[in-house]
Amino acid sequence: MNNDISIYVEGLTKRFGDFTAVRDVSFEVKKGEIFGFLGANGAGKSTTIRMLIGILEPTSGYAIVGGYNIIENVEMVKQSIGYMSQRFSLYEDLTAKENLNFYGGIYGLDEKELKNRVSWAVEAADLSDKEDVLAGELAGGWKQRLALSCALLHKPKIVFLDEPTSGVDPISRRNFWNLIQSITDEGVTVFVTTHYLEEAEYCNSLAFIHNGEIITKGTPSALKKNVIKRKVFEIESQEPDKLIDCFKAEEFVDDISILGLKVHIIPNREDINKDYISGFLKNKSLEFKKIDEIEPSLEDVFIELIKLKRENV
Amino acid sequence: MEKVIEIRNLSKNFKDINAVNELDMEVFKDEMFCLVGPDGAGKTTLVRVLCGILKPDSGCFSIFGLDGRKDRNKIKRRIGYLSQKFSLYGDLTIDENISFFAKVHNVKEFKDEKDVLLEKMGIEKFGNRLAERLSGGMKKKLALACTLIHSPDILFLDEPTTGVDPVSRREFWEILADLKREGITILITTPYMDEAERCDRVAFMYNGSILSCDYPHIIKEKFDKRIMEVVCSPIREVYKYMETIEKIESIHIFGDRLHLVFDEVKISVQEIKEELIKRDFNIYNIRLISPSLENIFIMKMEKRTGE
Repeated sequence: MNNDISIYVEGLTKRFGDFTAVRDVSFEVKKGEIFGFLGANGAGKSTTIRMLIGILEPTSGYAIVGGYNIIENVEMVKQSIGYMSQRFSLYEDLTAKENLNFYGGIYGLDEKELKNRVSWAVEAADLSDKEDVLAGELAGGWKQRLALSCALLHKPKIVFLDEPTSGVDPISRRNFWNLIQSITDEGVTVFVTTHYLEEAEYCNSLAFIHNGEIITKGTPSALKKNVIKRKVFEIESQEPDKLIDCFKAEEFVDDISILGLKVHIIPNREDINKDYISGFLKNKSLEFKKIDEIEPSLEDVFIELIKLKRENV
Repeated sequence: MEKVIEIRNLSKNFKDINAVNELDMEVFKDEMFCLVGPDGAGKTTLVRVLCGILKPDSGCFSIFGLDGRKDRNKIKRRIGYLSQKFSLYGDLTIDENISFFAKVHNVKEFKDEKDVLLEKMGIEKFGNRLAERLSGGMKKKLALACTLIHSPDILFLDEPTTGVDPVSRREFWEILADLKREGITILITTPYMDEAERCDRVAFMYNGSILSCDYPHIIKEKFDKRIMEVVCSPIREVYKYMETIEKIESIHIFGDRLHLVFDEVKISVQEIKEELIKRDFNIYNIRLISPSLENIFIMKMEKRTGE
């Protein structure tokens, strides 16, 4: 196997009775990259993670994680990875520092190493004035960074984060991602699941899973370019409702959505451009401030993919 | 514009915490009004005070001209409140849940309204399904239907899309846009700034007060910083180098690109470009981008916490 590959997955499948949660999933993750594993609730994200970290045996297929086969070498896999679950699994009645010491102990760090790593963690997670605060009393963002540093104490080569930022505010989210970026500097590979697609913008590479199957893979910019072939226009107007009523009746508009004073439309013809739309609106005497062609968001990409999937069924 | 909510000097304390601190705010009729802010800013407390669940310590507010203290019960009849942990009865069906909430609100004739709501939510086919058997997105839609069964004039939604997947989230927002068009005023809280972009007006809440409140396009026009997007490699090296340039106020990495926030008075676009080019980096694309509410929000908060 190529030395630059940190996680290699081939034909991974998991069935529960007659339900296939993960079907023939294959992908690779490069060393030191942030890999986003995206999908709706119940798409198979957590089942995949649980197989990759060695707590759930696949029905068929295999994966190599950090150089170890997840079927033949489960114990080695567990030692070389860190895992942070959605629920953070901190001891709420222990202080931040006590949590770190406790997890360090579980990972079997000796006294000197433990001391080093705990002070590293306190600094990296910016917890220096929160060391003696009970974990249960920490605000969401602090708790999250504490949980991440607990998962990193034993210097894993790969860290798995399952929906790490669900329900934390924008600032904490930004701080958290800064911390993630800095650990990739040290060569750590980050595997993260999220259904919050703005967050996927932080990743180097992405895979979308839907109903247990990978439906697409690529970098965020490649996906935006390749999946959404049609143009997206944003029209700003003081009367978005009137615009919507008018567009709804038009055959050249495929999709309409409203964002405050902005209306997004996706035309179903290649030749529709800004001039066409502006002429159309002027013709109908509808007020608008400006029209721009905009880059689709990853959420647009995801929704487009699901739509295509449904049409093919 | 007609004001449907008016808040003056409102405070609510818990022991020594000022959750809501001498707050002033107004919400206009038929608008979708968004309250954003970090965890612990006081958003949920404010919503609970407005819904009459918590009593304010001082100050006053009115909803539809009704006094927040004296007319609590009259107000309650005209508002719908979807809390963060709104609980449905898992062992009741969709139909039964709606009937239950109709009875709680003393609505006698609700059969037609129920059908209309279920269709609006796109869950009309599942009337007989137990609530606990619904997906996360469908549960939220059912919860929304339950808060609408007594035909409220104003809706309070506290982080309604947390934990909802992208497809359901988009459908949920389409439903909200329809409700607004039908003349329901909506006050929503969210930690997601792309959702704030969808609203008519946005208020930033921090430490119990409103820092600023305006239309998204005006907030953006007022923002006096520029943002440059640089697609480059090796990204961490470029990041580290740019961090040494003090005149750049904030730098963030998004996959293969950096966002640099700067003040043009202190450093020009050309100067930054020169900094990038004179080093041995691979630069694929440089462009100025318009700020998102998230950019602005984070700059505001960083300034606050730095004070």
